[in-house]
Amino acid sequence: MDSTSKNFKANSRRALDDSTLQRALGNIKTGFQEKRRQVTSELPEFEALRDQGRDIKNHVLANLDFYLERFEEKVVENGGVVHWCRTPEEARKTILDIAKTRNAQTVTKGKSMVAEEIGLNDYLEENGIEPVETDLGEYIIQLRHEPPSHIIAPAIHVTREQIAEDFRKHHTDLDPERRLETPQDFTDEARAKLRDRYFAADVGVTGANFLIAETGSTVIVTNEGNGDMTQLLGKCHVVIASLEKIVPTLEDASTILRLLARSATGQEMSVYTTFSTGPRRAKDLDGPEEFHVVLLDNGRSAMLGTEFQDMLRCIRCAACMNHCPVYAAVGGHAYGWVYPGPMGAVLTPSLIGVEEAGHLPNASTFCGRCESVCPMRIPLPKMMRHYRTREFERDLGSPRVKSALKLWAGLATRPKLYRFATGIVMRVLGALGGKAGKFKSLPLAGGWTKVRDMPAPQGKTFHQLYAEKKRVA
Amino acid sequence: MSSARDQILGSIRKSLGREALAGEDAAKLHEKLARPPRNLIPDRTDLDHDGQVGLFKDKLVAAACSVSEVSGMDQVPKALSEWLGRENLAARVIQSPALAADLDWSDTPTLEVKTGMSDGTDETSITPIFAGVAETGTLMLQSDASLPTSLNFLPENHVVIVRENQIVGPLEDAWARLRTARAAESGETMPRTVNLITGPSRTGDIEQKIQMGAHGPRRLHVILVRD
Repeated sequence: MDSTSKNFKANSRRALDDSTLQRALGNIKTGFQEKRRQVTSELPEFEALRDQGRDIKNHVLANLDFYLERFEEKVVENGGVVHWCRTPEEARKTILDIAKTRNAQTVTKGKSMVAEEIGLNDYLEENGIEPVETDLGEYIIQLRHEPPSHIIAPAIHVTREQIAEDFRKHHTDLDPERRLETPQDFTDEARAKLRDRYFAADVGVTGANFLIAETGSTVIVTNEGNGDMTQLLGKCHVVIASLEKIVPTLEDASTILRLLARSATGQEMSVYTTFSTGPRRAKDLDGPEEFHVVLLDNGRSAMLGTEFQDMLRCIRCAACMNHCPVYAAVGGHAYGWVYPGPMGAVLTPSLIGVEEAGHLPNASTFCGRCESVCPMRIPLPKMMRHYRTREFERDLGSPRVKSALKLWAGLATRPKLYRFATGIVMRVLGALGGKAGKFKSLPLAGGWTKVRDMPAPQGKTFHQLYAEKKRVA
Repeated sequence: MSSARDQILGSIRKSLGREALAGEDAAKLHEKLARPPRNLIPDRTDLDHDGQVGLFKDKLVAAACSVSEVSGMDQVPKALSEWLGRENLAARVIQSPALAADLDWSDTPTLEVKTGMSDGTDETSITPIFAGVAETGTLMLQSDASLPTSLNFLPENHVVIVRENQIVGPLEDAWARLRTARAAESGETMPRTVNLITGPSRTGDIEQKIQMGAHGPRRLHVILVRD
């Protein structure tokens, strides 16, 4: 997928002015945040499980080569194939070749962020194969020709009025006067439309939440069952997954499953957790005839051993974006690539470069909520700071910001000068603030004062007030 | 060996600053895979078996399943028939081949019963399960020659038969049973498909409002056999 992360500031401004988007984003707080809080409070061991989840993934990353090789052995033993792909190009080509071998006309897809990362849909279309998204949210945004704006709720930015318009435009065989109002109306219509597509598909592509070294299984977690239909009814099941999805054993997957749904949707377990191991067995009545795992690196092996290694623990639950004030304000599209929110602000520059995505680590208030809810205890704010430092060192920031930071450093490291200068500024601003006690606009802070007033200082600095209090006491 | 494979493994080892694991380091990890140790298991399933059955039922209801109880397999057809009537559903059902020997349908003559896999037109299926996980009200189902996975997903309504002795506490106990059962049977740990199912299919993709029956079954009914 092409990135527009460079335009983060312009993207954000547009998002803030989009009243439909702002209405759609309003659902996040009551939806995800409240449900997560409720379900985690019902499991006393939740914090201890977070520690174990972190430790399991750290162990995997330290032994990643070993577990990947064991995984491959088991897949082959069970009659499947593993394709190792260094780049998105290699992964796309591999999947196209599999589809061509089966003379595929259509490919059904369960939701996969890695498929978005490699731009699979556009590539298949360019090569004459129709991709059909089956997750309801993904189906909606495919109709709208948009990328997902959230990693577990891809159509969270769309209102039901917009979906009604899309369904009427695309489902032209249905009565144009039909009712499309309640969630059930939409769900039933999509269910009926997609049923036939599953049966007609030659190849089913799904992602994976886990790869299990012990058994050679791939695991997908869904609430709809679309990932299951995709792999059950296609003649050939292709799993696309990145390297770090591996865990050693079924026990390790079980531990992380206790964290995943609770952190994501506030459920104890998602409805369907499916373990797929090889193609259908000789006497099985259904299931795919072929089983392929496309393993994507795309820069991850190079993140090991760096200050960004911890990011590879991510299980894609979306808790960080569900609790991020910046995400809640601008939505996912502003981030400009596949992964939005705090995890995207770290992963995107790691995968496509700080030149392209250097703005994203700046899209943070450093409130720390992302780290506090991350089930894998990924220190997201710390890593964003690493990227800010890199951006500064490599001279990628704006010259104005750089000189302002230098000026600030000069002041802040000279206490006498700092007290003297801030004393003057406070007196001046206090006087200028006048009776109203606030500014409706300020030079250099137009973005801030556009949506709120700036309270005027009361004429004294903290140090001055502190000294006075001390004297009185 | 593909060069992409070697390059990826090489890149991982370079980043980790070491060669491929060998000797004792590798042996330790092989041992972990051969005899997987358990991690922390939440206390909530630390109950006697009756307690676990009670927890299982509560969790099923919390996951939006309905539950009826019977005292033997011979009462399952009647319980199914009653449930279909209550829900106003057609008196037709498709059963797993695995159930054909266990269920006697002669007492429910008005019920039309097919056996096999689903072609997508069936409204209601009935299947056995492998294990019931009390911890979260999760059903573990496996595929094999007499257990087609399509019955778990294609029909609008899925009815499962849970025998009391199939109920375990935590998920780990269900894996332990699966390993034992399959070691005796085939030697491989996993069948093609293991489904962990917790409630009926749903989606929150329309403005985050939960709606049942997204692609899989709208209703998931459990007939608990206390024999």
